[in-house]
Amino acid sequence: MNRSTKVAGILALALWASAFSTARADGGKPHLVIRPSTIEFGKGGGEAEVALENTGTAPLAIQHVRVADPADGFSVLDGPKVIAPGQATTVKVTYVPQRGRTQAFGGLQVYSDDESYPDDPRTPGVDHVAAAALQANPSWLLSGMVFIPLLGCLLVMFVPKGKDHLVKWVALAVAAVPAALAVLLFVKFDRSVSMASGNYGLQFIQHSVWIPSFNIEFYFGVDGLSVSMVLLTALVSLVAVGASWGISKYVRGYFAMFLLLEAGMMGVFCALDFFLFYVFWEVMLLPMYFLIGIWGGPRKEYAAIKFFLYTLAGSVLMLLALIAIYYNSSATTLVNGAPAAHSFDLMRLSYVDAPRFASAGLTLLGFEFAKVVWIGLFIGFAIKIPMFPFHTWLPDAHVEAPTAISVILAGVLLKMGTYGILRINFGLLPGASVWAGEAMAVFGTINILYGAFCAFAQKDLKKLVAYSSISHMGYCLVGMAAFTQTGFNGAVMQMFNHGTITSMLFILVGVIYDRAHTREIDRFGGMATQMPVYAAFFGFAFMASLGLPGLSGFIGEVLVFLGAFPVYRVVTILAATGVIFTAAYHLWAMQRIQLGKWNEANWPDRSHFPDLSTREVLTLVPMAAIVLVLGFWPAPILDLVGNGMSDLLAHVSQHQGAAALAVIP
Amino acid sequence: MGGDLTIALDNVQSLRYFAPELILSVGILAILVADLVVGKPDRKRSFGVAAVSLAIALVATLATMDGRARGLFGGLIARDPFTDFFKVLFIVTSALVGVAALRSRDAIEYRPGELQDKESGEFYALLLTSTIGMFLMAAATDLLMAFLSLELVSILSYILAGFKRRDRKSSEASLKYVIYGGVAAGVMLYGMSLLYGISGSTNLSTIYQAVAASRSTLVLVIAVVLCMAGFGYKIASVPFHMWCPDVYEGAPTPVTAFFAVGPKAAGFALLLRFFNGAIPEQIHTDLFANSPWPLVLGLIAAATMTLGNLAAIGQSNIKRLLAYSSIAHAGYLLLGLCSFSADGQRAILLYLVTYLFMNLGAFLVVLAMSDAGLGEEIADYRGLGMRAKFPALVMAICLFSLTGLPPFAGFFGKFYLFAALIAKGGSLNVALALIGILNSAVSLYYYARILRAMYFDKPASEAPIVAAPIHAWNMGAMAVATLGMWIAWTPLVGWVNASMAQWYPRAQTIVTAALR
Repeated sequence: MNRSTKVAGILALALWASAFSTARADGGKPHLVIRPSTIEFGKGGGEAEVALENTGTAPLAIQHVRVADPADGFSVLDGPKVIAPGQATTVKVTYVPQRGRTQAFGGLQVYSDDESYPDDPRTPGVDHVAAAALQANPSWLLSGMVFIPLLGCLLVMFVPKGKDHLVKWVALAVAAVPAALAVLLFVKFDRSVSMASGNYGLQFIQHSVWIPSFNIEFYFGVDGLSVSMVLLTALVSLVAVGASWGISKYVRGYFAMFLLLEAGMMGVFCALDFFLFYVFWEVMLLPMYFLIGIWGGPRKEYAAIKFFLYTLAGSVLMLLALIAIYYNSSATTLVNGAPAAHSFDLMRLSYVDAPRFASAGLTLLGFEFAKVVWIGLFIGFAIKIPMFPFHTWLPDAHVEAPTAISVILAGVLLKMGTYGILRINFGLLPGASVWAGEAMAVFGTINILYGAFCAFAQKDLKKLVAYSSISHMGYCLVGMAAFTQTGFNGAVMQMFNHGTITSMLFILVGVIYDRAHTREIDRFGGMATQMPVYAAFFGFAFMASLGLPGLSGFIGEVLVFLGAFPVYRVVTILAATGVIFTAAYHLWAMQRIQLGKWNEANWPDRSHFPDLSTREVLTLVPMAAIVLVLGFWPAPILDLVGNGMSDLLAHVSQHQGAAALAVIP
Repeated sequence: MGGDLTIALDNVQSLRYFAPELILSVGILAILVADLVVGKPDRKRSFGVAAVSLAIALVATLATMDGRARGLFGGLIARDPFTDFFKVLFIVTSALVGVAALRSRDAIEYRPGELQDKESGEFYALLLTSTIGMFLMAAATDLLMAFLSLELVSILSYILAGFKRRDRKSSEASLKYVIYGGVAAGVMLYGMSLLYGISGSTNLSTIYQAVAASRSTLVLVIAVVLCMAGFGYKIASVPFHMWCPDVYEGAPTPVTAFFAVGPKAAGFALLLRFFNGAIPEQIHTDLFANSPWPLVLGLIAAATMTLGNLAAIGQSNIKRLLAYSSIAHAGYLLLGLCSFSADGQRAILLYLVTYLFMNLGAFLVVLAMSDAGLGEEIADYRGLGMRAKFPALVMAICLFSLTGLPPFAGFFGKFYLFAALIAKGGSLNVALALIGILNSAVSLYYYARILRAMYFDKPASEAPIVAAPIHAWNMGAMAVATLGMWIAWTPLVGWVNASMAQWYPRAQTIVTAALR
């Protein structure tokens, strides 16, 4: 590059930069600045001084200073005053923790004549509100879990070329952090907290404003349901890093994508702002597309684009529903007290605005608003579960994806569908959810039976496991559709258990594929004679998957049936027959692979089949231990989700009556 | 909604506010004179002059920008925040295209063995003249001026499209462009004459008043639909899109990049001003129960995006594919006008900003690659993710953004467009939003064909492809803007709101939002 090119480059850069500078002088107007814009308090309460400064050129008249509703323990006392240009005054904000609460989020509102601030739409007349955030004991734990993998994604890319082994260790170390944090979360999570304890029964909250022009908030928080899913995600991801050890093509790219995927998954389970949720939901798609498409099997391109298109088709429907919900939400304030005409806050939408969405006379495309939106959201989530008839992407994606990615797909991604239904469909549109309950139960049963029958017919072991996932996710749908405490608990239990069990199954399939380079069930036989440890894990995982009492799979299924039977008798009986077929295809496949005589004709050289390596055992043992413990003692998960589920059930049944009677709120 | 708040200026007073155009005119003359006087034509010198004049024009624009609306030259053109917004947009576009053309062998005929590029001066002069034309399109408040500026941009576009004189495709593109342009201009002129017949004036605000008072609905609808021919041709909407794929494929790549962003944005500026300035949303209805405009525009928008997306699926040439994709994007952008709301029109402006970066980014990658000797077929891009990591990454970012996936800029732009439709409500708007959003799911399919070629397919050769540094910087800037626009989103929204304030004052919308 010679000089004139450089000059030109600098000029172009200056042009580009100056396009964004829109500074303008405001003549003769007051301007209020609140310092600091975020005021943080400790857990035990305290006082803080806030400066109100007039940086404008005219006197600023402050009408009053108050704390946004609900006060949540914050208070401020101050009357009207006038601040001269360039002068400042201070107000004192006090925080006294409410009983039983460790966190609080509020806003300081300053009503003044500074027209650059928006008008509060809820009060008559024009009043300009400047706001500052008040936060007591915000938690950074969830942010850490979401953003450490994201940082790890960048870190991995900076590992020097050719050091593939180092990349793997870095990825393992990065994935271990959220896993450790998830365990910490699991231990520190207060099981006694419920709706009645305030903060909508959430813990480890972080709540601030992200994009004020569209009232989008950065809102992380967990209840029991989220904790169980976050824990599952962190563990499955850690195990999947172990299962990815054999990757040899573009190692850096693989682990960068992997960690980005983990960040996306974590974000989905932590986000409580609908927009934020959607962003994470979509962010997760990109790495998945590349992970299947680059590192997948022979038909990887087809599988990758099919997965991407199916999920995107679902999520754009979700996007429309999201926008429709937003514009029908009530006027409120953002968490920092700034006035907002609408809101994306999922908790607010659930517990304040749900009756609005269900109100009679509100229509969309000529149909009842709540039902149309419910269906839009449900299709988005049902594709992810995947529910019949939206399931066809799953066998392709699972079969073509590399082992670790199949583990993630089945272990975590499918749960996002059911999580979304519980959190968003049931939360925001409880009346419509009850309306659709029977359909959900029927589709769930179809999933169970159809998945099982398809699994019977498979020659490819991985495809069999893929169809077993469809079948097992059906139980979650049936449990959720029952709208009973037992059914809900069963559904969440099943989500968690399926995540752990199916991770083992896919790792086991990967192990055999690594050795034989085929997964065709009929080409094997007598594997137990050659690989006894493998056979033991295989048997254990298959027994857990078919629902053997004493292992965790059984608990989920039995809770679902117990919860659903009083509500849908015929459907539950049909669903329960699925257990028989499930047992049948599992046992039949196991028999063909593990038992009988070694298939000499196909595999004359037994040395290709060494037993499990230490690394492989290490990826299997954590999941096996969880499966065994939860099989005998499911309380850790049930206690965790119990309060959240009973609150959700209470919420749904409270609005069920309202929907049935079509009461206008 | 007429231009009542405008400060009218006489010809001499106007000059101060016409400075950006004047500066560019001086730049054009300087480039041409320098080629004659200073010595042999030199690409870098021409670019330098062009860049300096664009920079001064930008400064002049920003310096005379005070948020007030002025009518210049007896109401022929306006200088208001809306114009300023587009001026900045056009300057950025032209500067980026200018930088891209600096290294392009494709733009300016390249003859090995010769050090100078004979025609470079003409290229940059034409680029600057187009920029003036686009300035005037965004500023026109008179039908006559609208037509003249549109023709100015069109005629320059014909020349730019055919810039590679010895290339058959380029010549073909130019001829097709001329013929379609001529027909569209004629039809539009007929529509304008009808409008003149209704109102007796060519001034937009006079037309507004006359139309609001008259009852001749059918003539008005016909006149507006005929005028839409001209605008539709400029923004490449159905049924005036046919020129687009051929011209985009045949024209030199920097020119294509320019066409895809600059004149399209100018067309939208003119369209917005036409509908806001001259045509009342509600007209006296003899024939129609409701205002006919949402339906007319909605049909055009739905047809445009559906056709663009479906036709793009079958393309094998990247420039043609991107041409169809830009047709589809014209459809999305039109959705913003269908809702006839402040939110919708602001969404158009926001989307144009995101579109500028993501679409230009995609074209810049094509340019950098063809400059480095790669073909323009999708098949040529096989394994690009391994052969040219950075350009492939930029391409991927731009394609995801064009699809509308978060956290890329295109998602936020699309979100605002669809949000405006749903906020307005009504079955037509919701149905349009549904069509639009399903279309963006369809669009993934063909964008993913490029992604697939770049990342999943095996390359024909392993040899790395190196992009010229200036292209790399340019592409990097586009990628950063596309990826990080959400950081600057709130100020951007503020700027857009200020730009639309003359038609939609801010306070009013907040109140209506609360009342809804």
